Amino acid sequence: MKLTLKIWRQENAKTKGKMVTYEMSDLSQDMSFLEMLDVLNESLAIKGERVIEFDHDCREGICGQCSLVINGQAHGPESHYTTCQTHLRSFNDGDTLYIEPFRANSFPVIRDLKVDRSSMDRIIQAGGYISSFTGMAPEANAIPIHHDIAESAFDSAACIGCGACVATCKNSSAALFVSAKISHLAKLPQGKIEREERVQWMVNAHDDEGFGSCTNTGACAMVCPQEVQLIDITRMNFEYNRAVCHSKE
Amino acid sequence: MALNAKIPEGPLKDKWQNYLAKTHIVNPANRKKLDVIVVGGGLSGGGAAASLAELGYNVKVFFFQDSARRSHSVAAQGGVNAAKNYKNDGDNVYRMFYDTIKGGDFRSREANVYRMAEVSVDLIDHMVAQGVPFGREYSGYLSNRSFGGVLVSRTFYARGQTGQQLLMATYQAMMKQVKVGKLKQYNRHEILDIVVVNGKARGIIARNLDTGEIERHAAHAVVFGTGGFGKIFYLSTLAMNSNGSANWRAHKKGAYFANPSWTQIHPTALPQAGEHQSKLTLMSESLRNDGRIWVPKKKDETRAPGDIPEEDRDYYLERRYPAFGNLVPRDVASRAAKERMDAGHGVGPLKNAVYLDFKTAIDKLGIETIKERYGNLFTMYEKITAINAYKEPMKISPAAHFSMGGLWVDYELQTTIPGLFAVGEANFADHGANRLGANSLLQASVDGNFILPNTISNYLSDEIRTGKISTDSPEFEEAEKAVKQQVEKILAIKGTMPVDKIHRRLGKIMFKEVAMSRNEKGLKWAIEEIKKLRKEFWENVAVPGDQNGPNSELEKAGRLADYLEIAELMAVDALNRKESCGAHFREDFQTEDGEAMRDDENFMYSSAWEWINGENWKLHKEPLEFTEVKPTVRSYK
Repeated sequence: MKLTLKIWRQENAKTKGKMVTYEMSDLSQDMSFLEMLDVLNESLAIKGERVIEFDHDCREGICGQCSLVINGQAHGPESHYTTCQTHLRSFNDGDTLYIEPFRANSFPVIRDLKVDRSSMDRIIQAGGYISSFTGMAPEANAIPIHHDIAESAFDSAACIGCGACVATCKNSSAALFVSAKISHLAKLPQGKIEREERVQWMVNAHDDEGFGSCTNTGACAMVCPQEVQLIDITRMNFEYNRAVCHSKE
Repeated sequence: MALNAKIPEGPLKDKWQNYLAKTHIVNPANRKKLDVIVVGGGLSGGGAAASLAELGYNVKVFFFQDSARRSHSVAAQGGVNAAKNYKNDGDNVYRMFYDTIKGGDFRSREANVYRMAEVSVDLIDHMVAQGVPFGREYSGYLSNRSFGGVLVSRTFYARGQTGQQLLMATYQAMMKQVKVGKLKQYNRHEILDIVVVNGKARGIIARNLDTGEIERHAAHAVVFGTGGFGKIFYLSTLAMNSNGSANWRAHKKGAYFANPSWTQIHPTALPQAGEHQSKLTLMSESLRNDGRIWVPKKKDETRAPGDIPEEDRDYYLERRYPAFGNLVPRDVASRAAKERMDAGHGVGPLKNAVYLDFKTAIDKLGIETIKERYGNLFTMYEKITAINAYKEPMKISPAAHFSMGGLWVDYELQTTIPGLFAVGEANFADHGANRLGANSLLQASVDGNFILPNTISNYLSDEIRTGKISTDSPEFEEAEKAVKQQVEKILAIKGTMPVDKIHRRLGKIMFKEVAMSRNEKGLKWAIEEIKKLRKEFWENVAVPGDQNGPNSELEKAGRLADYLEIAELMAVDALNRKESCGAHFREDFQTEDGEAMRDDENFMYSSAWEWINGENWKLHKEPLEFTEVKPTVRSYK
């Protein structure tokens, strides 16, 4: 199959970027989207041209490092896929595809399609952990956890931290990302001790990093590769209000 | 230098406790005077970094990903083993130790393996306390499943994303230490060399992958949690950027490399679909709990799998290994698949796969149970192949996966360079010639969290009067200069052969002759081909762009340059070992029915290779002494 690619090229965060057109032919439907970029980069390397920089690593949808917006959709046309899981069978012969980085003020462009997502690390640093040091733990079965609670905590914990929720949100809010961690830990008995500090510190860090506010539109949950649910945002708001009320008592 | 494994005195079951009781430790007030560099932010490196920071050392952690949460530990699916005996099925530390020793075909160090089994119990407690949402029974207690090579259920799991969940716990512990200022992280940094001053590891040279800057970092000790090098085969289950460079650079500075040719070829990965393919996604071994593996009895079968009646199917694992059936260890399962495919019974368009069929399990347990156990794996399979595996069998194929070999370490996890430690897959000690499923997450985590923090103190206790290590020494200068020269040399070639093209060719040589099945002629051929390819790389590699910013082709080229050297040592190692053991199967050393034939008289040792120059290595042998177990012929029949 043939595709026309319009790819965002940008030297660094300080320079202006632009779309550059590349014509691709002899593609196979079984190719993954990133394998197509590999082929394009090989052809650029042979010509001595600087290759297109993009982030990727595991190529099986779990590391969260790949990060493209394809035709305006974070991670491409299939719902709940990562870019690396997207295959060319999702497109038609002759299509024109617009390929851009995840765009948000809190994700400055490093080069081309690579962005800096360390703002998400800093939100976790603010409180996204349980302060149990190595060696402190009691016997594992001393804390029984209902099957359904453990499963529900897993649903939130499954977040891969890719940032597609931010890239797709009109306000560049990271509410789904933050709420997934808050929910994961607040649902479990081990995480309840620090729940009040955690939610306040993390929400404040989210705002300090320049992410926008959540208006409950739900676009984030539509693209999330791990199908993190919108109700986690509700739970985050509940946890936040609960913590503020408690601290005022 | 003679190898000293420093195995503690006493009976096997007391060795670790004896070691802890007598080893030197560092006063809490002195720990803040000591700096430690950790390379790698995954389960082993990250666990070490967090635990050392919690103890009060000043820790710097380096990794090439944009966040430590993306380290390749994230991709481990099925689970983590521990001898908790929650199932009352007769498990205990000794049984787990024995299974691991046997699974490794009696080629691992007894004392290390016993310690891993012993500490496994603490690890589950630790991970639960950190908030890992392990699978639970309806009673609220932890659930277990079974993995290949064992007869008990000792595997703890978080659906099919156990590695991700353990890594999140470790990453979060690291982030807490970043917040309190004991840990400094350097993301998007690749280590290009280690610096040895007066015989001790004192720092690293790293490249900032965003700015291209070459940086010097000094410390009292260096810890590698740098993972495996299975990506040398190009097509593998590993992440695209996983590499062997840090280990190789250390090897060239004096760290011995042990059993480099022992690569686990995982039996259940997705088959290659075409030339463009960059990755072979793994399908968890846990699927073999409920999936049955078969091929058509008829060669060149054309019927769809659903149309092939029972009598025309060959469930070859159940046929050959009735005791363990579909749950034989990985090396056995991979070789058996290769045997069937080579005999013309492979399935799929390229005839390079076998079926993994869930129909029996779905009929017996219902689709909902199968969904809860493996739902995310079936979804992942469908995303990649567009095939619904609830309706037709998966097609799977063997793929390069795990490096049992790695840097030689003693009982303290210290390499032959004093002050350089290696944890997790980067070292060689625990898995022998074949790793059992769900022991990888275990080894990485216990090395990082529980073992290294207690052994590195023995080394650091002699460093409390050393003072800050300077980066101005001639050794740092020289190392930096060499690194810069190599970068410039690669950029100056301006050839016509893209890095990945050369890497694919290397992968083909390696998968053909240095993978599941080896022989003398093939290995000698591989060595010649590798040499030719290495020459071609240095004459004709195409790396565009410059070094003053992100340049992914330059990064890949540096890693491939090292792979082209590691590959040769792998073949040299395989050639030296004239026996079959675990994943190392020499066609010239097999039993009449095609099973591996060990030679305990001549090869009961770990090979530790010392770098001489690019073409020569010196072999050091660490004899393996079995005091508790008697090496037997490994049988899963």
